Amino acid sequence: MTNASLSEGAARRSVIARLIRRPTAVFGFSLIVIAVAAAILAPVISPYAPDAQHFDGLTIEGAPLPPGGAYPLGTDLLGRDLLTRIIHGARTSLVIGLAANGLALLIGTLVGVTAGYFRGWTGAVLMRFTDLMMAFPALLLAICLAAIFQPSLWIVALVIALVNWVQTSRILYTETTSLTEREFIAAERAIGAGHGRILFRHILPHLLPTIIVWGTLGISTTVLLEATLSYLGIGVQPPMPSWGNIIFENQTYFQAAPWLVFFPGAAIVLLALSFNLVGDALRDELDPTQRGRD
Amino acid sequence: MAAFLARRLVQSALILLGVSFVTFVLLYALPADPVRQIAGRSATAETVENIRRELGLDRPFIVQYARYLGGLLQGDLGRSYLQKTEVAELIAARLPATLLLMLGAIIAELAIGLTMGIIAALRRGTATDTSLMVASFVGVSAPQFVVGLLLLYVFAVQLQWFPIGGYGTLAHLVLPALTLGILGAGWYSRMMRSSMIDVLRQDYIRTARAKGLARRRIVLRHALPNAILPIIAMIGIDIGIFMGGIVVVESVFGWPGIGQLAWQAIQRVDIPIIMGVTLVSAFAIVLGNLLADLVTPFIDPRIRIR
Repeated sequence: MTNASLSEGAARRSVIARLIRRPTAVFGFSLIVIAVAAAILAPVISPYAPDAQHFDGLTIEGAPLPPGGAYPLGTDLLGRDLLTRIIHGARTSLVIGLAANGLALLIGTLVGVTAGYFRGWTGAVLMRFTDLMMAFPALLLAICLAAIFQPSLWIVALVIALVNWVQTSRILYTETTSLTEREFIAAERAIGAGHGRILFRHILPHLLPTIIVWGTLGISTTVLLEATLSYLGIGVQPPMPSWGNIIFENQTYFQAAPWLVFFPGAAIVLLALSFNLVGDALRDELDPTQRGRD
Repeated sequence: MAAFLARRLVQSALILLGVSFVTFVLLYALPADPVRQIAGRSATAETVENIRRELGLDRPFIVQYARYLGGLLQGDLGRSYLQKTEVAELIAARLPATLLLMLGAIIAELAIGLTMGIIAALRRGTATDTSLMVASFVGVSAPQFVVGLLLLYVFAVQLQWFPIGGYGTLAHLVLPALTLGILGAGWYSRMMRSSMIDVLRQDYIRTARAKGLARRRIVLRHALPNAILPIIAMIGIDIGIFMGGIVVVESVFGWPGIGQLAWQAIQRVDIPIIMGVTLVSAFAIVLGNLLADLVTPFIDPRIRIR
């Protein structure tokens, strides 16, 4: 037992050591740290209040101000500070990213592992339902769902989770079916271990690397879906700032004031990119079949 | 082969049946009342009830669904609530534009993605390789409305190389196709890179090298055809990914396809149109996956159909 946990600790350390040697992973991780710090410290580090409309925040003609001066990234159509709204938008993106993705991961794991372990009728029904969900165009489904419920932060997270669990469940199903056929599971059964013990002591720990990898990559998908729904006006509702709805609110002015689209757009791309880079590095390090491929 | 095809066809039909049911349930649960939308604000309660009866919306859920399904089997997707036109006609009128957009997107993503992947594989481990792979990640991390607006600003507003939006000429197609294709280019470049690296490791490539063939010839004639084959099968799966993207891309560029049709219908609670577009999309996705499965064994005989 002590031996096992020692070698596990060593393995974990070596994964971290190898990750540190990947510049793309370090870059992605740094971006995540910055985004998380910005989200937590939003009220402290923002120059203004997120909803404050400034008299000097618009030109005499009533147009938004370009970047520079008192408003580092310029102002929006209502004369609010764009930098402040982007910093507060990080909260929305991360809260939805973590909540929606956590829920999607939970549903995906539950469905995939149950179907893969018990198979038979339960497995068949669950997997056919997964197939059915895969035939839905994800964005169209999310739009329909978002239109059904009055959009709020948690509803948007729920909608995204209901759309995004499918991929995880497919992957975990495949892994669970091949795990249940291995000798050590048969041995456990032979000595009379119950389903609970086999699932929690043997199956889930083996699936953990996959869950971590897809959990990380999934945050990126979630961030993008939230941004898109908010951009279409059916995600997070103004005045609560989200990077997608900042673009939605200001896009009529986009040709004259492109910074109102590009700064929040860049924030979305960087956050999604950082989780993709870290997730990809984790996949290379944690998935033995990928090792040595490049 | 015939048995496999039959089984997959039955499976596909069942999936479509399931999609129709789930969509119907979702739209039935919609809190916005379509009848109110059709009747307008000033309608009396009597008018509202008449319209409801006329559309059959006063019947129980199961009866409504059965009627819809009956029509569906005869190729009837129902009538639009607001436009009073057959949904099938509306979709058929818009479909060519969407298919053209998808064709453009496939060309764009293959051209960009395969080139990037091949160069990265040949320069493996160098700074070029790393930059290209980071670029491919930027491609998959960029939401389509941001890419679309960026391309629009740079190439239509500033440089004025392409029109800002609309439909009709080849120039109108370039930016929306590129927007839709950049996401796929990200995936293709990564797949192409690893496929190319796998092929370059094979014995027959070493033999070709030992024979003293020029590197150019080895890459183009010996490695490339084999590396590209497994990737072709993926095009079928792309259709599903495009189906989501068209709603956004068509609305950014004012492209008159089924994505825009769906988006307008969602805003007006025109349920038969939403239903129709969802079913057509699901059909395209199922068909795309089926094609991908059917093509794979032809490309790689080691993979047998079970």
